[in-house]
Amino acid sequence: MNNPLHTRKAEWALTAPSFLWLALFFAVPAVIVLMFTFHGHDASGGVGEWSLSTWRELVDPDYPAIVWNTLRISFEITVWSIVLALPCAYAIARMKTRWRGIVAGAIMLPFWTSFVVRVFAWKTMLHPDGWLQSCYIGWLSVRAWLFGWLPGFMQDFLLWAGLATPGAVDPASSTILDSEAAVVLVSVYSFLPFAIMPIYSAAEKFDFSLLEAARDLGAKNFYAFRRIFVPGIRQGLVSAVLMVFIPAVGSYVIPQMLGGTNCILIGNKIFMRAIQNRNIPHASALATLMAVAVLVPIGLAMWWKKRQDVRGRRRLDAQTARLMVSAGGAR
Amino acid sequence: MNNDFLVFDHVTKRFGALTAVDDVSLTVGKGEFFSLLGPSGCGKTTLLRMLGGFERPDSGRIYLEGRDITDLPPDRRRVHTVFQNYALFPTMTVWDNIAFALRLAKRPKAEIEERVDAMLDMIQLSDQAWKYPNQLSGGQKQRVAIARALVDRPQVLLLDEPLAALDLKLRQHMLIELDAIHDQVGITFLYVTHDQGEAMSLSDRIAVVNKGRIEQLDGPAKIYEAPATRFVASFIGDTNFFCGKIVSIDGDYCHIQVEGFPQIRAFNDKQLKVGQRVDLSVRPEKIRVTRTPPLPEKGASINVFPSTVRDIVYQGVYTKYWLQSEALQISALKPHSRFLLDQEAITWNDEVFVWWHPDDGYMVEVQ
Ligand SMILES: Nc1ncnc2c1ncn2[C@@H]1O[C@H](COP(=O)(O)OP(=O)(O)OP(=O)(O)O)[C@@H](O)[C@H]1O
Ligand SMILES: [Mg+2]
Repeated sequence: MNNPLHTRKAEWALTAPSFLWLALFFAVPAVIVLMFTFHGHDASGGVGEWSLSTWRELVDPDYPAIVWNTLRISFEITVWSIVLALPCAYAIARMKTRWRGIVAGAIMLPFWTSFVVRVFAWKTMLHPDGWLQSCYIGWLSVRAWLFGWLPGFMQDFLLWAGLATPGAVDPASSTILDSEAAVVLVSVYSFLPFAIMPIYSAAEKFDFSLLEAARDLGAKNFYAFRRIFVPGIRQGLVSAVLMVFIPAVGSYVIPQMLGGTNCILIGNKIFMRAIQNRNIPHASALATLMAVAVLVPIGLAMWWKKRQDVRGRRRLDAQTARLMVSAGGAR
Repeated sequence: MNNDFLVFDHVTKRFGALTAVDDVSLTVGKGEFFSLLGPSGCGKTTLLRMLGGFERPDSGRIYLEGRDITDLPPDRRRVHTVFQNYALFPTMTVWDNIAFALRLAKRPKAEIEERVDAMLDMIQLSDQAWKYPNQLSGGQKQRVAIARALVDRPQVLLLDEPLAALDLKLRQHMLIELDAIHDQVGITFLYVTHDQGEAMSLSDRIAVVNKGRIEQLDGPAKIYEAPATRFVASFIGDTNFFCGKIVSIDGDYCHIQVEGFPQIRAFNDKQLKVGQRVDLSVRPEKIRVTRTPPLPEKGASINVFPSTVRDIVYQGVYTKYWLQSEALQISALKPHSRFLLDQEAITWNDEVFVWWHPDDGYMVEVQ
C-alpha cells in the first residue's frame, strides 16, 4: 500500500475508465469539430476539401451581436438561478433530515417528464391571454419608468448593451411569448435544480452554529448569511454557476420554442447552419468560437484569482512583519 | 462589587414535557468569575443560551445591569459566547476572526487594528495572525475564540465547557491562562462545566445545578466542605455516606446509629435532636487507614473502626482503599510519602483500622 509505484498503478486503474470515456466522447469529438472548421463544405451537406474558406465566411455582421446576446442572457439566467437557489438550498439544509429528502426529491421530480413537454407546457402558460402576459407588461412598464429616471449616458450605455429598449411600452406588440423574457424565465425554471443541488450539498456540510456565533458577536441575520454562510459554501456556488452558465450558453431548444425571432442565440445559429444550411464546417466554427468565448473569461478569472492570492499572501506577510515588530516593541 | 449586575429571576425553560431549566434565580456580580457546575443534561447550556438570546424562557426574566434583556435578539446584547466547538469562522484568518465584532460595530480602522493587535498579544498568537483556523492547534483555536469574544469588551463573557476538547496537560495550562485573562480584562465570566476541578480552581462562586435546579450556590471551599445536599456532596468529589438516626447528644457532638454499624460520633452543627434522621458525609481523604489503632487518649473522642481491606487502587498522587467495616463499604484516600515506607505496606485482606475526627463528618439533608 505504501509503495508509491503500487499506489500510482492503483490510481491509474481507477481513473482509466473515466479518462477513456472523456477521451472518446469529449476530446476526440472536440478535435474533430476543430478539424471540420478548416474544411470547406459541399452542396450535399458533406465536408469538403481542406481550406480556410469557413473561417473567412465567418465574418457575418450578425454574429458579434448574437455572441454578445448569448453571453448576456446566459449571465442573466445564471444570476437569477443563483439568487433563487441560495435561499432554497439554505432552507432545505436547515430542515429536519426527513423533510430534506422529500423536498430534494420534489425538486428533482420535473426530470421525470420530458424536457420538451415541459417547455411546451410553458408555451401554453405564456399565451397572450394568460396572467403571465399581464405580469410581463407590468414588468416592462416598471423598467421603462425606471429607465426614464436614469442620466443620459447610462441610458445610452444600457441601449448599447441591449439591456433596455427605447420608447414607451406598447402592450399590443409586446407579448411575453417570443420574447427574451420568456427565454430567461423558462431557462431559470429548467436550470434551477442544477443550481440548487450543488449549493445544497455544500450547505448540508455547513456548520450552522457558525451563524449563531456571528449573531452572538452582534451580526444581524442577513449579515451572517452574507458574510459567513455564502463564503462557507463558495465551492458549491462555483459549481452551481458553471452548471447553469455552460448549458445556458449552449441552449437552443428554449430560445427556439419560446424566443421566436426576438431571441436568437448562438445555439440556434449553430442548429440552423448544421441542419437547414447543411454546412457542418460553418456550424463547427461557430461552436469553436462559442467555446473560446466561454473559456477565455473563465481562464481570465482563474488567472486573476491566482494573482490575488499571491498578492494577498505578500500583503499578509507584510502585516505579520508589522505585527511582530509592534509586539516586540511592546515587550 | 455590585451584586445585581446580572440577574436571573425565576427563569424556567421547557422542551415539550422536559423542564430543562426549572425556576432558576441567581445573581452574578460585576467582574465576578461565576461557574455553573452540573452533570450532563442538567440544563447548563440552556441557561447560557437564554442569556445569549438563542432561547426564550417560558417564564421569568433576565436582567443585565438593571435592563430587562429577556426578549432582546442576540445581536442586541453585549454578551459574547466562547462555544464548546470554538465556532471560529473557517473562511477568515485569525486576525479577521478577532476583528469580526469590531468591524460589525463599524469602529475606525486604526482602532480595530490596535485592539486586535492587543488581543493577539494577550493570547500570544501575534505570529499566527494570518493563519486560517484549520491551521491551528486545539489550544490556539481556544485562545482565538476567547480573544474574538473579548475584543469589543462585552458585559459578560459566556464560556460553555471551553476546555472539554483539550487534553489534560493543555487543559491545566489553559486554566491558568483563563484565570490570568480574567484578571487582566476584568469582565464578568460565566463559566459552564461539568468538571468540578475546573470550577473549583477558577471560580469566585459556583452554582451546582441538577435537573434544571440550583442545588447550592457558594464559594468553592463552602461547596466542597459544606455541601447543602446529598447530590452536591456526591457530585463534588467522592464521599462516604452514613445514613442513620441520632441516638444521643453530647454537648456540641452527637452519636449516630447506622444500621449494621457501630455508633458514629459527629459534630452536631445543625443542632439536631435525638431521634432525627441524618445523612453524614465523610470525604475519603479525611479518613485514615492504619495497621494499629490511634493512641488511646485520642481514641476516646474520635471514630475508630476495625476493617478489612477489600481493594486497593493506585492513583499516582493517592492510593485509594476500599474497606469493609461491619456491613458498610468505606473508601479512603492515602497520599504517598517517604514516612510511610517505614511501615509494612497495607495489602489486600489485611485487618486495619479506619479512623476520622468527628469534625470531619458533615451532615447533609436532614429528613
Ligand atoms: N432544542 C432542544 N429541544 C429539545 N430538548 C432540548 C433542546 N435543548 C436541550 N434540550 C434538553 O434539555 C436538557 C438540558 O440540555 P442542556 O444542553 O442545557 O444540558 P447541559 O447541562 O448543557 O449538558 P451537557 O453538559 O451535556 O452539555 C437535556 O435533557 C436536553 O436533551
Ligand atoms: Mg452543554
